[in-house]
Amino acid sequence: MSDAAYDIVIGLEVHVQLKTNTKLFCRCSTEFGNPPNTQTCPVCLGMPGSLPVMNSKAYFLGMKTALALNCRIPNYTKWDRKNYFYPDLPKGYQTSQFDLPMSEEGYLDIKSTKDEFEPRRVRIIRAHLEEDAGKSMHDEAAGRADSRIDLNRTGTPLLEIVSYPDMRSAVEAKAYMQELRLLLTYLDVSDCNMQEGSLRCDANVNLHIPTDDGMIATPIVEIKNMNSFRSVERGITYEAKRQYDVWKETGKVLGELPKQTRGWDDSAQVTRSQREKEESADYRYFPCPDLVPVVVTDEQIEEVRKEIVELPAMLRERLESDFGLTTYTADVIVNQGRGLVDYFLKLAEVSEDNKLAGNWVQGEVLRTLNELEITVDEFNISPEQLAGLLKLIQSGDLDSSKAKSVFAVMLESGKSAADVVDEMGIEKVDQGELEDLCRQLIERNQRVVDDVKSGNEKAVGALIGQAKKENPNVNPGQVRQICLDIINDM
Amino acid sequence: MSIIQKSATEQLALLQSGEITSVELTQAYLERINAVDTSVGAFLRVESETALAQAVKIDRKRKAGESLGKLAGLPVAIKDILCTINTPTTCGSRMLENFAPPYNATVVEKLLAADAVILGRTNMDEFAMGSSTENSAYHPTYNPWDTSRIPGGSSGGAAACVSADMAPLSVGTDTGGSIRQPAALCGCVGLKPTYGRVSRYGLIAFASSLDQIGPLAKTVEDAALLMEVLAGYDPLDSTSVNIPVPAYSESVGKPLENLTLGVVEHHFGEGIDPEIESAVKQAIAIYESLGASIKNIELPHADYGIATYYIIAPCEASSNLARYDGAHYGYRVDQAEVLAELAEDGSDEGPLVRMYRKTRSQGFGAEVQRRIMLGTYALSEGYYDAFYLKAQKVRRLIRKDYDQAFEQVDMIIGPVTANPAFAKGEKASDPMAMYLEDLYTVTANLAGVAGISLPCGFTENGLPIGLQLQAAPFQEEKLLRAAQMFQNATDFHTRRPEIS
Repeated sequence: MSDAAYDIVIGLEVHVQLKTNTKLFCRCSTEFGNPPNTQTCPVCLGMPGSLPVMNSKAYFLGMKTALALNCRIPNYTKWDRKNYFYPDLPKGYQTSQFDLPMSEEGYLDIKSTKDEFEPRRVRIIRAHLEEDAGKSMHDEAAGRADSRIDLNRTGTPLLEIVSYPDMRSAVEAKAYMQELRLLLTYLDVSDCNMQEGSLRCDANVNLHIPTDDGMIATPIVEIKNMNSFRSVERGITYEAKRQYDVWKETGKVLGELPKQTRGWDDSAQVTRSQREKEESADYRYFPCPDLVPVVVTDEQIEEVRKEIVELPAMLRERLESDFGLTTYTADVIVNQGRGLVDYFLKLAEVSEDNKLAGNWVQGEVLRTLNELEITVDEFNISPEQLAGLLKLIQSGDLDSSKAKSVFAVMLESGKSAADVVDEMGIEKVDQGELEDLCRQLIERNQRVVDDVKSGNEKAVGALIGQAKKENPNVNPGQVRQICLDIINDM
Repeated sequence: MSIIQKSATEQLALLQSGEITSVELTQAYLERINAVDTSVGAFLRVESETALAQAVKIDRKRKAGESLGKLAGLPVAIKDILCTINTPTTCGSRMLENFAPPYNATVVEKLLAADAVILGRTNMDEFAMGSSTENSAYHPTYNPWDTSRIPGGSSGGAAACVSADMAPLSVGTDTGGSIRQPAALCGCVGLKPTYGRVSRYGLIAFASSLDQIGPLAKTVEDAALLMEVLAGYDPLDSTSVNIPVPAYSESVGKPLENLTLGVVEHHFGEGIDPEIESAVKQAIAIYESLGASIKNIELPHADYGIATYYIIAPCEASSNLARYDGAHYGYRVDQAEVLAELAEDGSDEGPLVRMYRKTRSQGFGAEVQRRIMLGTYALSEGYYDAFYLKAQKVRRLIRKDYDQAFEQVDMIIGPVTANPAFAKGEKASDPMAMYLEDLYTVTANLAGVAGISLPCGFTENGLPIGLQLQAAPFQEEKLLRAAQMFQNATDFHTRRPEIS
């Protein structure tokens, strides 16, 4: 963005619903999509006299995520109350962590295989646990004044991951979200469904604009309601332009206006100012007297660290360095999740050809999964079966277009590559027979010989076409090579 | 002596030997309540039917030779702050007038498991905020010894019902003195356990870090009996402490040897009623005559107790009481009233905010609103460090004072209140005077230690005087034994009021 009139400065606050069976402070189920208010109890309803008891599973999932984000885990943390009134917050406060979060000072590296931005280390200020609020459903559209409250979500454990304002473009912000989601998926700590709200993103955005009087910064705006990666990118892009226009019009800089909250309207593709939250300025945080502070030992932290699986960044590097895949191929495979990576690793092992395995997984396999909208677990060609097909390619028995046809039949029938080749009547052409055919064709096509001799190797393609007419089983690659060898020897 | 004048321990023996039935005992108390509670006002609701049904059930179990709980057949009155399933639990407030919780407090579960007969719900200051039970949204409670006077509070109904023989045992709560002060003013025994000794689950919170549930009774043995049932770890309350509960009722009769009692000189002198001072000093002399040695000690930060308490408790209350907003349960202002008012004053305040404001203005009484405002202010940005944080620091110093004191002495002995029961209305318009009622009691809550109040004399006007003993955390057993030593040597606990 060096040619732009300004730098965009972006920090993200990401809320991740942790994958626990029960809520953070009671035993209610966290399952999504059930009838309103069926997953509640006196504790999450905030009824008089009820008391919270911490779900340690949530704490350990939070810790695992924080460690994977390279955060430091303090041995002592506590819970605080964030006080504000809203109908979907039945206690009148949210139990969160204020001045002693469960983790701090980590980072997540992002890079672009399409060179959209320079590789960047996005630093993380903190990741802390808190309870989710319920959902308010406003029925204003139907012309009715009533609002309905669903408290099923109330008390679901959330990990809030706050980054430093280290990102400098909307594409970087999107890449950060995608990389974070991938990491969370590998860790298996969240469903990460942005539509269902198990992964939510708020962006703090402002501009740094160089002027004759030095650099100025525009007032910071928090953007909410970005429910997809695309929204994150578009919302920030829109907001940056809007801030620039407003600055040109009003000249207002950081400090001259209060922090504003704007919501992304996906249908109109604009951000809109949201009504200021009641008493938004002062949450009157104080330590929650109903919950004892959490003390974790170094041994416990190390136990959790051991549970951390190989993470996307490490895997990409391994696929490149140990398996010789291109950066692009490694990226595509790793970004699909651990399942496809495991498929590739098995295929590479059985087929003994890492590159061919990588190309097939990134190509035909992934295309098929996307077309059928299935996961690799539901894919009915096992790595062993696919390795059978790759062996036939390696031996020259199948060319790539035939191999694709065989692959399609394998997918339909579930049969092995060898069986499909038999059934399709594909026979391996004898080497001597193939050479005879090539000689005959060369004799009949003096012009091709002349063209090749004069340096136009592509002319040999005409012979491949004729060879296929004579015998459909010939391997075009082999025909090409034999013809070229014969002509060059002439 | 009629059956209701006997101690709970004596009644239990009679129930066990079959000389009386639980139905007879319960019936006797219900009759007594009928006869005198119009003058005392100890109960908010008497649950005659369920009490009698429970008594029938326990008598039947006993007859069938089934195993019975520790309180089998004994009536118990409960302060109206402990949630009881499908039973109104009002906390003395309009806000919860029609609230019936869908769950039992842990102590209610324990009482039921002990085969107690729940007699009814006792009156209290709204949300336990007060020292006279005048802040009840329903009606005041009067002191059985002089019905022109207050019984103390906030567990005023709990103390008055025991003192007036309307219940042998009752359960109260103590946040800054709310068990010990009414026990002293009504002439009964009241124990505030160590913080974490009794589960708070289902206790409607006033100040979570200070609240504790405890027993009120006519005698120390009775308090020990009830305490044995109430105490214990609860997985539903993460601030409850997982250590075994001693058999208080079995050990209570064993005197303590080599008892060392600490006296805080500061407790006497300016501000204390001379009759109280002399009764308490007399009590100290009695302990000496029983072989105890007396040692002067200091609690250097005790003077800051009231100031510290009246920051921490309102801060916690302002947050704990935020849930009463009219949105989910309890009182809610009429919607038409909100909309009409908004139309009239043309305010740009939304209907939701106005609903909150009016619901809370109408649902809470003046004292509760005062404390919510105090707490909200003290937690506000820019004031937090000067008030809440500072108060927490002083609180730690007070706890340290106690720790150091208990290195030198087994218990601290002193007054419960500076004055005997005052006249109704006397301090109602002077919150500061009312707050000073907690002078000798709040430090035990701030430090989380145990304290007991027991009768140690009467004023010339015949008003009871209380003696306070305080012990280190989880030393309730010793506290009860020491109290029992005094009771054995005196007869103050045997005197009962004539209710006019």
